[in-house]
Amino acid sequence: MNWTSWLLWGFVSTVVLTSILAGSQGIGMTRMNIPYLLGTIFTPSRDKAKFIGFFLHFANGWIFSLIYVATFQVLQKSTWWLGAGIGLVHATFVLTVALPVLPALHPRMANEQYGPTVVRQLEPPGFLGLHYGIRTPISVLAAHAIFGAILGAFYTIK
Amino acid sequence: MTTKAPKIQDYALIGDGRSAALISNRGSIDWLCWPRFDSPSIFGAIIDPKTGGRWSICPLGEAQFSRRYLDNTNVLETTFSQESGKIALTDFMPVTSEEKKQSFLWPEHELVRQIKCTQGEMELIVDFDPRLDYGRVAPKIKDAGKLGWRIDIGKCVFMLRSDIEIPQRTEKHLSAKFKLRVGDIIAFSLTFSAEAPGVVPVLVELVGKKLNLTIEWWRQWASQSDYRGPYERQVTRSALLLKLLSYAPSGAIVAAPTTSLPERIGGHLNWDYRFAWLRDASFTVHALFGLGYKDDAKAFVDWLLHATRLTRPELRVVYNVFGERPPSERELSSSRGYAGSRPVRIGNAASEQVQLDMYGEVVEAVSHFVRGSEKLDRDVQKMLRQCAEYVCEHWREADNGIWEARDERRHYTHSRLMCWVALDRILKMQARGQLHGISVGKCESERKRIREEIETHCWNSELEAYTQASGSNVIDASALLLAYHGFEDASSQRMQKTHQRIRDRLVPRTGLVHRNEQSKDRHEGAFAVCSFWEADFLALSGNLSKAAEVFEAALGYANDVDLLAEEIDPESSDALGNFPQGFTHLGLINAALSLRESEKRADELERKL
Repeated sequence: MNWTSWLLWGFVSTVVLTSILAGSQGIGMTRMNIPYLLGTIFTPSRDKAKFIGFFLHFANGWIFSLIYVATFQVLQKSTWWLGAGIGLVHATFVLTVALPVLPALHPRMANEQYGPTVVRQLEPPGFLGLHYGIRTPISVLAAHAIFGAILGAFYTIK
Repeated sequence: MTTKAPKIQDYALIGDGRSAALISNRGSIDWLCWPRFDSPSIFGAIIDPKTGGRWSICPLGEAQFSRRYLDNTNVLETTFSQESGKIALTDFMPVTSEEKKQSFLWPEHELVRQIKCTQGEMELIVDFDPRLDYGRVAPKIKDAGKLGWRIDIGKCVFMLRSDIEIPQRTEKHLSAKFKLRVGDIIAFSLTFSAEAPGVVPVLVELVGKKLNLTIEWWRQWASQSDYRGPYERQVTRSALLLKLLSYAPSGAIVAAPTTSLPERIGGHLNWDYRFAWLRDASFTVHALFGLGYKDDAKAFVDWLLHATRLTRPELRVVYNVFGERPPSERELSSSRGYAGSRPVRIGNAASEQVQLDMYGEVVEAVSHFVRGSEKLDRDVQKMLRQCAEYVCEHWREADNGIWEARDERRHYTHSRLMCWVALDRILKMQARGQLHGISVGKCESERKRIREEIETHCWNSELEAYTQASGSNVIDASALLLAYHGFEDASSQRMQKTHQRIRDRLVPRTGLVHRNEQSKDRHEGAFAVCSFWEADFLALSGNLSKAAEVFEAALGYANDVDLLAEEIDPESSDALGNFPQGFTHLGLINAALSLRESEKRADELERKL
C-alpha cells in the first residue's frame, strides 16, 4: 500500500467530489446539500450542521478512497477507467441502498410512512434521491465516477 | 364571501426580513415572492387576478371582517364574523433570533396560517392556487402522502402541510370546504427550500411555539425604540414596516415589496420597487437613529458602503439587496396588471439614470451615523473624499432628479441641494477631525457656488418660490427639503413663500400634496411622502398646530392597519402605487421626530418664560 500516494490523491479526489456536488447544487442540478444532510445527524442548527457536515463528508471521502486504493492494490492495476467503474458502483450503492434507508438511520429525518414529528422533520431523499431533484442521480454518478477516475489515474501501486 | 377585487389599501404585509406577502382583508394571499423580495412570485393575483395565483382562506357565504396586527408585531390577525360564529385567521412568517434557531429545525422560508374558531361554528373554504414566475407557470402539485403536498421546480421545492385533508381539485389547484366549531384550531404551513433536505413543517406541536417566538421577536425588536411622543402607534407601525422591508442578511431596505401597482388606475406608470434606492439613504438613517434603532442604522450604512464600493466614485441610483445592479427593466406581456393597469414591469430602468442627489444622500447618511465623535475608518474616508471630488466636478450637470423623470435631464434644485449637502457635511466632518485629506478650499468654494446657483437661478422672483429646476417656473414639493436639510431656515421669508406657493398649486386638500405640477397635470395621485414633508416643514418653522393638522390629515389616508402607499387618489382617497411604501413611512417617522423636537423646544421656551 502506497500511503503517501493515497493521502495525496485521496485528498485531491475528495476535493473534486465535494466541488462537483456543491457545483451541481449551485447550477440547479440537485438541491442535495451533503454537508447539511450529514451535519444534521448531530445538530438541528443549519449553519453548524453545514460546518460539521463538511468535515464529516471530507473524512468520509478520504476513508472511502481507502477502499478504492485497496482494490487497486489487490488487482495490481490502477487506471482511470477502473477507478471510474468503482466510482459508478459506489454511487449506485449510495443511490439505491444508502439514501432510501437514510430515514431509518438519520435521527432528524422524517419518514414518508408516518410523516414528520417535532424531532424528525427533514425531507427524506426517496428512491435514487429523486426528492432532492430529478437530476440528483446524474450528479451523484458523475461526481463518484470522477472521484474514482482521479484515484485510478494518479494513485501509484506499490 | 363576495369576490369584489380588493383595493390596494385592502392589503396588509407580513414578512421575515427576507421576503414578504400581501394579504387582503378577506384572507387571500395575493402576493408572495420567495426566496427574496425580488424573486418571481408564487402568488401574484394582485397583478393578475385571473392567472396570478392566490391562497385564500375565507368563510363560506357573507361575513363581516376586521383585522389588526398583534400589538407591536408583524403578525396579522383577520377576524371573520357570521351569525353562526366567529373565527380568527392568524398569518405570519416565523422569525426568531439566530440563537433560538439553533435548538430545532427551521425551514429556510415558511408562511403559517392558523385558524381558530372563537365562537359558534363556521364553514370555511380554502383555495390553494399557486402560479409561479408571475403567473406564467401553473405548477403540478404532487401528493407526498404524510409529508403533505409538494411543488418541485428544479432548483427548489415548495411544501404545503395542513391539519385537514385538502382534496385536489385539479393537479394544479387544491380546494377544500370544512367546518370549525368553537375551540377548534387548525393550521396550514407553506415552506420553501432551495437546498435538500428541506424541512417538512410540523403543525400541531410547533405552530404555537413558532407563533410565540415570532411575537416575542417582533416585540423585542419594537421595544428597542426610545420614541415617546406624538402618534406613537403610527410611528411604531412605520418602524415595524421598515423592518419588514429590510433584507436581514445584507441590511438593505427595499423601497416596497411589490411591482407595478399603478400610480394611476389603468395607466402605464407601473414600476418595480423591490430594490434599494440610495435616494432613501439619509431619510432611513435619520429615522432609524431618531427612533433608537442603532444596530439597524449601522447595518444599513454597512450595506450602503458595501453596495457602492464597486462603482465609486460614481454611484448607481438603485441596487438589489446584495448591492448588485437590478435586472434590466422588462414588461410581462402576459400579466393583466392591477385593475387592468399595464404593463407589469420587472427590473427597473432607474438603474441607468443619473441622479446627482444620491451623493448628498450617502454623505448625509454617513454623517448622521458619525454625528458624535466617532472615528471614520480609512475606507469610509476614502469614499467621502471620492464623493467630494465627484460632486465638485459634476454638480453643474443636468440629471434625472429625485422623481426619476424619464424625459429630458434638467438642472434640478433638489439635486443641487443634495450636492450642497454632500460638501457641507464633508466639510463639517473635516472640521470635527473625522475626515482627512480633502481639499478644503475647493470644497468650500464649490459649496458657496452651489448656494449662489440655488439662490439665484432656482429662485423664481416672479412666482416668489424656489422652483423645480434652475430657471424653471414649475412648483415642486421637493423644495420643502431645502429646510429639512438645513440649507435655508424654514421660517425664512423665501421658504415661507415657497411653502405658500406649494399650498396654492399642489395641495388639493389638507394632508395631500402633489409632488409637482407635471404629476398633477398627468392626474397622478398626491404623493404621500410630500404630505409628511409639509408637516415636517411646518414643525421646523414653529407652526406646530398647523403641522399637527397636516400630519393627522395625512395619517387619515392610511389603511385600517396604519399602512400607506406611495400615492393617494385625491378624489377617491384610495391608495395608489406600490404598497406599502417605505419612503412614505420614512417621511412619517421623520415628521413625527420633527414634531416631537419642536414640541420639546416650545415647552422649554414656555418654561423659561
